[in-house]
Amino acid sequence: MYNAHRRSLFLFAFLAAPVTLYLVYVISPYVQAFYIAMTDWRGVSATPEFVGLDNFVRLFSDGIFWKAVTHNLALLVLLPLLTIVIALFFAFLLNVGNGRGVGGVAGSKFYRVVFFFPHVLAVAVVAVLFQQVFRPDGSGMLNGPLMALGARPVGFLSDPDVAFWSVLGVMLWQAVGFYVVLFSAGLASIPRDMFEAAQIDGAGRVSMFVRVTLPLLWDTIQVAWVYLGILALDVFAIVWVMTDQHGGPDFSTTVMAAEIYRNAFHYFRFGYASALGVVMFFFTIGFTILSLRLSRRERIEY
Amino acid sequence: MPHTPRITRRDLLRAAALAPVAGALAACATPAAKPTASSAAPAATSAANPLGVPGDKPLEVWIFDGGFGQDYAKNIHQPLFKAKYPGVEIKHNSTKEITKVLQPRFAGGNPPDVIDNSGANAMDFGALAQDGQLQDLTPLLDAPSWDDPATKVRDTIDPAVVELGTYDGKFSVLGYVNYIFGIWYSQKVFRDNGWEVPRTWDEFLKLNETIKKSGKMAPFTYAGKHPQYLYEPLLTMAAKIGGNEVLVNLDNLEDGAWTAEPMKAAAAAWAEIGAKYLMEGTAGLDHVQTQTAQNKYKVAMLPSGSWLENEQKTTTPDDFEYGMFPLPDVTGSDKLPYGTLHTTPGENFIVPSKGANPRAGMEYLRAMLSKKAAGDFSELVKTVSVVKGAGEGRQLSPGAASASKAMTEAGANTVTYRWQTWYAQLKDEAMAATGQLMSGGLTPDKYLERLQKKADEIKNDSSIKKFRR
Repeated sequence: MYNAHRRSLFLFAFLAAPVTLYLVYVISPYVQAFYIAMTDWRGVSATPEFVGLDNFVRLFSDGIFWKAVTHNLALLVLLPLLTIVIALFFAFLLNVGNGRGVGGVAGSKFYRVVFFFPHVLAVAVVAVLFQQVFRPDGSGMLNGPLMALGARPVGFLSDPDVAFWSVLGVMLWQAVGFYVVLFSAGLASIPRDMFEAAQIDGAGRVSMFVRVTLPLLWDTIQVAWVYLGILALDVFAIVWVMTDQHGGPDFSTTVMAAEIYRNAFHYFRFGYASALGVVMFFFTIGFTILSLRLSRRERIEY
Repeated sequence: MPHTPRITRRDLLRAAALAPVAGALAACATPAAKPTASSAAPAATSAANPLGVPGDKPLEVWIFDGGFGQDYAKNIHQPLFKAKYPGVEIKHNSTKEITKVLQPRFAGGNPPDVIDNSGANAMDFGALAQDGQLQDLTPLLDAPSWDDPATKVRDTIDPAVVELGTYDGKFSVLGYVNYIFGIWYSQKVFRDNGWEVPRTWDEFLKLNETIKKSGKMAPFTYAGKHPQYLYEPLLTMAAKIGGNEVLVNLDNLEDGAWTAEPMKAAAAAWAEIGAKYLMEGTAGLDHVQTQTAQNKYKVAMLPSGSWLENEQKTTTPDDFEYGMFPLPDVTGSDKLPYGTLHTTPGENFIVPSKGANPRAGMEYLRAMLSKKAAGDFSELVKTVSVVKGAGEGRQLSPGAASASKAMTEAGANTVTYRWQTWYAQLKDEAMAATGQLMSGGLTPDKYLERLQKKADEIKNDSSIKKFRR
């Protein structure tokens, strides 16, 4: 009895600091955001007015915000799908892709390192880097060769029909490397004899991938899906730093987080921005619950 | 297990863990109403100290460290102030991120005393005015000027400063630099090729055609990533055609202000430039990239303001010879004559009303407006200040000389607009739409309809504070 008490005290002593930090720096800002969302606070006054749900009503007719939401939703579908497909493909080639099912393609150790490079760079660095890559004149890395071949330059970031795909491309470029490593780790934990057995049974690369690798990696893929989904919902820095007019041109690349930032720090509508933040919070929570529910599956034991 | 003196240690841990909670929760994002030390009874005023600066309280100054740097404040303005008030300790600070650094100070109720609220990350004047955070600077206007006790400060500066710095009937924002807008070119290039500065829009179009055909360079460009550089000449042109009230109507969010006839003519004219004469890739380049292209003789003309020459000083060839010309005549029956210019005071200084020492803040501005301070400033950063006659007898660079000459020739025919500082949402929409107009994504009519719609939205949104002029 006394020992149990001592034990909980002991645990409490260790947990007190992190829980306090979590309450102060994570939970409390959330709660405050909910309160600020119901005020007309403009960020500089000390006495915001309580306006109830006005901000939420206003939000429904905010065309730009809903445009941002559709961009987030498009990213939510495309980013995880493409990243996982590409990363799985690379991970498979790097680990069991040499046809005998026991090693990667030639040079796989080199590629493994190269694929991880983009993940090491800070998002802001990537964004500035790609501004140069996408430059619309002869000094752009992509348009230079295009123009040398006599083609007209593509406005990767300046054409509203193209800019969104440029953003998606950069996000993919940066995300794939990490998931190659993640899936490689998953593949490494699959017993080799499974692949050998499949091979003896006459499985080619494709059926080996579909029938052996994929089912055994399901847990890892599920984790990747949730991570990438959250990434797609709270994407901010790459859009804000890389695109023209922060989410342009003509709002063609804007996302929820960018609109929150714009409303708070450009328009000084902190109350309204908090309301947008609350909406985004529910989007993210909803997605996470939904995806964990939908992808629940029997774990394979071996 | 041996008994350890556990109480002390545990209690210590617990106390250490919990102590910051109360303080931190209180200090978070939510604003806390603090009883502000209402700028205590000002020290007695006198002829030598007309604003009643307390002799011993410190003065905190924040300078936007942008195109003009911060040396002018440290080496010109502050020594001048310090010489008069040796007892006042000046706390000099600078940042490129005015909002991030200073917005929390306003929310916390302890803003600094003088702020150069400029740059892309400046604080919204409308929000500050709405919350009564700006000191009424009228006493400064009515105080005797630094140089001559017989002249009021009001009479030493460009009257536009007072008009543009007035929010809710109170003069509260001091623009220090006079920005002069026009079309910028290289006088050398024009001379070498025999190109003439156009006086009518037809001549301008012909000039564009000539330059395009010559194959030497592209005729025209603008900072495609920042389309406010292009709606500037568009609006100035509309004002030239239809008179200053075109712009006043825009500012006052009048019904149909954007879709007025002069606006249609101007939008159509610039859309034609966008369709025919832009440098390749313009839409995706920023101001520095397009201006540098001009310095490399890849493009002949671009719209900009009188800060251009200083901004480009490191990439401009020695014999480039910047020049600026005003917008040409459009219809032959324009309401405003040839030479009409868009000018506006910029580099905006404010004194927060809830700061610790607003009296000294105003006095600091009075020192800035002295002839010596303004003249030294103009020379250091190659620009024109709002202080009358401060540039007299100073050596001017070709671009500044050209802009000053245009300013003299314009006389009273200067126009300006303020909606972009009053309604940031409308500015973002105008930027997005102007980019689309120039790249052919919007017809001139659709362009103006879209902006009219946004203006109407703002007009009907009760949460946005309205201004009038």
